[in-house]
Amino acid sequence: MAAEPLAKLDRHAGPLAQRVGQISPSGIRKFFDLLASMEGVISLGVGEPDYATPWHIREAAIYSLEKGNTMYTSNLGMPALRHQLAVHLRDRYSLEYKPDTELLITVGVSEALDLAMRAVIDPGDEVIMPDPSYVSYPACVILAGGKPVLVPAGEESGFQLDAADIEPKINSRTRAIMLGYPANPTGAVMPRDKLIAVAELARRHHLLLVSDEIYAGLVYGVEHTCLAALPGMKESTILLGGFSKSYAMTGWRIGYAAASEEIIAAMTKIHQYTIMSAPTMGQVAAIEALKSGGDSVAKMVEDYNHRRLVMVKGLCDIGLSCFEPRGAFYAFPSIKSTGMNSEDFAEKLLIKEKVAVVPGSAFGPGGEGYVRCCYATSLDEIEEALVRMKRFVKKHRAK
Amino acid sequence: MLKEVLKILESDAHASTKRIATMTGLSEDEVARLIKQAEAERTIVKYKTLVNWDKVGDERLRALIEVKLTPQRDVGFDSIAERIYRFPQARAVYLVSGAYDLAVLATGKSMHEISDFVTQKLAPIEGVQGTATHFLLKCYKEDGEILEGNEGAKRQPVIL
Repeated sequence: MAAEPLAKLDRHAGPLAQRVGQISPSGIRKFFDLLASMEGVISLGVGEPDYATPWHIREAAIYSLEKGNTMYTSNLGMPALRHQLAVHLRDRYSLEYKPDTELLITVGVSEALDLAMRAVIDPGDEVIMPDPSYVSYPACVILAGGKPVLVPAGEESGFQLDAADIEPKINSRTRAIMLGYPANPTGAVMPRDKLIAVAELARRHHLLLVSDEIYAGLVYGVEHTCLAALPGMKESTILLGGFSKSYAMTGWRIGYAAASEEIIAAMTKIHQYTIMSAPTMGQVAAIEALKSGGDSVAKMVEDYNHRRLVMVKGLCDIGLSCFEPRGAFYAFPSIKSTGMNSEDFAEKLLIKEKVAVVPGSAFGPGGEGYVRCCYATSLDEIEEALVRMKRFVKKHRAK
Repeated sequence: MLKEVLKILESDAHASTKRIATMTGLSEDEVARLIKQAEAERTIVKYKTLVNWDKVGDERLRALIEVKLTPQRDVGFDSIAERIYRFPQARAVYLVSGAYDLAVLATGKSMHEISDFVTQKLAPIEGVQGTATHFLLKCYKEDGEILEGNEGAKRQPVIL
């Protein structure tokens, strides 16, 4: 009996759906494996804070666990969290979202991205996104049956998205523009005027905007502009945010989507069948983060800023020209002067000097020639990594 | 800018002028000048090391001594405080609000040494009405630093 479905599968090339084959496996898998087998590595390859979640947040979650608060929450997320989130978005951006119909608590921004794409993409729809950009964007679009369309957003344009570069890519299948600023992997921040230009373009062509603002809390000496808060943009923007980066809460897996009632209802439908509800303890922690996490965030931002300055200057000093990142916690230096491609550079640097960075090519063709260095690590480690990188670069230039 | 420099040094006395310069955007010369001036004015009092003596089995004893005083004309508590803080056994001396007036943190090699300090030096000082000595049994956190069990969790080496 059991043999029949297997026989059916055999008629295909293998057991897997075609869709899975369309997303490229992480090009740096072998690199991960190599890393796992090495000792004494300084890793600038992480995409998360080096801080544990601030104690007051952990303590609130522990207390809640002790009380036995371990059940599912509402599909949308705990009402208290949605309420706090609405207050937060109002205070921060003067944005009014109805907590009962326009906010959805998700398992990190990752889930929110996936839901957003599945809620709005029909097969063959195109989604425009900057190149380089975060690895999940194209994958989520493909998994939803859509087609990612990359718009170069390279160093010449400050790794920012230019409306003029988007326009020629728009056609009848274009459904949305997806962007994430402050950006992973570049650290770029979109200035308000450029964001307005993108917003106007989207409005002219009736496109949705999907804005991943997970790094909104981590900017240095500049203002973060919330896309949904631009005049008239709330209705056509799916705003995604979360707690992982600003509050050092990556493992809690709590993010959110804020959008029109219609879109949130659609996303919630998928969410309730696939996830049920975001983790309860994470939601409790997120409430505490919103209520009184401001001071801890400010302290972390101050520390990141110090490290940012040391990292960027250090990279420039060793001859790896580096765009000045104004957000997130990444530096994205050019390694073109070494003559290596970014994967070679990262692999050789790891083997020869035990410093882990992420090849820029992992973030799209536009990331080739760069590596991502995360500075959310101690100053001593950053300085030691820079010493090793200097030695490495010197050796490879001489050749 | 001085405050910025001091904050960096307060959390890491080893921070080089070069590093501080990068972190603050000042020139190295300017950082060096600020530090020198702060040292001269005793804004920077001293560079010290926070040691966990338990790790090397050093049995030094500490006590928090509450001291109740009779204030004196013109000088209030200051002159009595001075008589107390001049003793090397007094590691820290604070004027506090509440049921007593001075909080004195004393160290000694033995309980005997500290009790000698309290009974023979501190208590007999004119103006000292009474003392209450609390021996410290265990230090969990010192000057903002957790001493034991704060190694932190391990991160994955690469996360996109």
